[in-house]
Amino acid sequence: MLDSLIAEAPRFFTYWNLKFLLEAALTTLALTAAGCVGGFALGFLMAALRRTEGAALWPLRALCLAVTETFRRVPFLVTLFLVFYLFEALKLGLDTFHVALAAVVVIAGAYIAEIVRAGFESVHQNQWDAAAAMNFGLATTLRHVVLPQAWKVILPPAFSFFILFIKDTALASQIGVVELTYAGKVLNNKGFSAVLTFGAVLALYFLMSYPLTRLGRHVEARLATRRTR
Amino acid sequence: MRHVELADVTAAYGRTRVLDGVSFGVDRGQIVSLIGPSGSGKSTILRVLTGLLKPQAGQVRVGGEPVDFADRRRLRAMRARFAVVFQQFNLFQNMTALDNVSIAPIKVGGRPRREVEAEGAALLARVGLGGKLKAYPDELSGGQQQRVAIARALALRPEVLLLDEVTASLDPELVSEVLDTIRDLAAEGMTMLIVSHEMGFVRELSSKVVFMADGRVVEDGPPARIFDAPQERRTRDFVSKILRH
Amino acid sequence: MGYAINYEQVFPYLPYLIGGAWLSLQIAFLAFVGGAVLGLLGAFALSFGGPLLRGVTRAYVTFFTNTPQLVQIYFLFFALPEAGVLLSSQQAVLLGMTLNAGAYLTEIQRAGFSSVRAAEMEAAEVLGFTRLQQVRYVVLPHIARTLFPPLSNHYILMTLGTSMAAIFGVEELTGRALNVNSETFRSIEVFTMTAGLYILVTLVANVVLALAGRWLFRARMRLL
Repeated sequence: MLDSLIAEAPRFFTYWNLKFLLEAALTTLALTAAGCVGGFALGFLMAALRRTEGAALWPLRALCLAVTETFRRVPFLVTLFLVFYLFEALKLGLDTFHVALAAVVVIAGAYIAEIVRAGFESVHQNQWDAAAAMNFGLATTLRHVVLPQAWKVILPPAFSFFILFIKDTALASQIGVVELTYAGKVLNNKGFSAVLTFGAVLALYFLMSYPLTRLGRHVEARLATRRTR
Repeated sequence: MRHVELADVTAAYGRTRVLDGVSFGVDRGQIVSLIGPSGSGKSTILRVLTGLLKPQAGQVRVGGEPVDFADRRRLRAMRARFAVVFQQFNLFQNMTALDNVSIAPIKVGGRPRREVEAEGAALLARVGLGGKLKAYPDELSGGQQQRVAIARALALRPEVLLLDEVTASLDPELVSEVLDTIRDLAAEGMTMLIVSHEMGFVRELSSKVVFMADGRVVEDGPPARIFDAPQERRTRDFVSKILRH
Repeated sequence: MGYAINYEQVFPYLPYLIGGAWLSLQIAFLAFVGGAVLGLLGAFALSFGGPLLRGVTRAYVTFFTNTPQLVQIYFLFFALPEAGVLLSSQQAVLLGMTLNAGAYLTEIQRAGFSSVRAAEMEAAEVLGFTRLQQVRYVVLPHIARTLFPPLSNHYILMTLGTSMAAIFGVEELTGRALNVNSETFRSIEVFTMTAGLYILVTLVANVVLALAGRWLFRARMRLL
């Protein structure tokens, strides 16, 4: 087996195949990064809206709670299919990358809303009380009092979550997004050895994920020793 | 017309009733003190007056106007007339002393930063912290933090100042300084509602003392009567116990 | 819009989908048990093993937690035959999920081991417990109580992860949803119903696990 791999290797590691794989890896990163930025915005918004107090706003709070709870209990693959067919029914004419992006934003939004909520709760109730007694609105309270104290609690799990999605976006291959996993399947279907193609794909995922994991741990350790401000 | 008046106010945390039909009034410029054993509901009254806890029944009137706790705009208007100094200071941990004092007038009051900061520095100097403008709460002692909290409350220019156990954590040599500040404010016409265990302070400063137990007002009156000639047995027990120390 | 929502056609398939959900739970359970055993060995290796064993274990955990489970299964399914090892798609899925779970559960269980505080051991020592009694009355209950919540959390995540098996033709919940979809073409109805079933299944699993954790180990767990 090893002999045949060595014989095949030069045929596999050509400029074109490598370019194809690297571009696909970039698509994976782009999908993850854009999805998590969008997901962070959505998740933060939902966590903040859940902190509103007006009686008239309860449907909004209920919606945020429902989205947060629902999409953390549905597999990524199912959400992906659901979004895919929903966009098809709406005839929006989006390409598969943007369909996958929408799915990632919703799921990331749900998980990050939970992370942000936990961050908000890590800020002592007396800080919220003082802000309320001084007539701060929600936006002022979050911006000037809560976030400066909560970001240390929010950042590490949010970052781990981001890294998780580098791997989870592999599922986007199922609706035809040409990301890293899809590229591996294409090369495998062309007749290249599965050991080489999927081996290379695994290696590329590892190269994206591992350094970021290390960075995340480093940042977390640094933050743990810093004081509040 | 009373400046602040509570009429038959009932409030609860979850199912635990903490105020059970409380009524009393505070006149303009008056200093009223709430005393009583822990858990009697003294601090809860301050939470109701700052809108942090909604009463279940009864009425709160400020300047003769009943407060509608369901109307957020009017609740905010009521809050703007009060400032509270908390037992646990509740200083914003991410801000310097000066920022703690200036943030509300700038962000909520919409006043110019330079003017507010100059005033804030003066207020901090007045409570003896002129040299600590740039210090963060975790760099200050408990007593110093409480003085920042008093300056922060004064910066709101409130009509009514609510003091929740403010002297409990002050350094002994600074108590009189703070009392002087509070006396000045009283002379300026500031209405004050004070919760305290410091009976000397209460007796010296108050125009009226309200004794509470189990979420109810047991009796109220001028300090001389409450301390020297209490009418109720519970008041007598409490006063004799606390004065023995 | 042009698309009218209509569940009538999909509704008769509900029992079929529920059968799929049952299979999902079973796959998750098998992979979880296998992974927990692997993870236990891994945690022991990391805590008490020699440098070589520790290095190998760490490499295993690092590799499997930094690459996608889907590609791991692809590799098992497509690449192992080149080495003469032929796996059915079900075997590849189950093996892949077990190996993946083993890596994550190694990390979780190792953290549980290291959470036994020296102070508690000393307290037990002072009370005159023998070594065996210390393990029986102090260490094991403590580990069970700290480990149960993250383990049940991972089990829920794995239940969601089993949907990946559909890609390899396994007819669990997502696989059956794809079948119903290609028969009825009521895609939105099929997948919302499927999503609803996943929500239901994980909610039930959550409640059951939380109750079990509270009763068996006095673990602090929220019911929902």
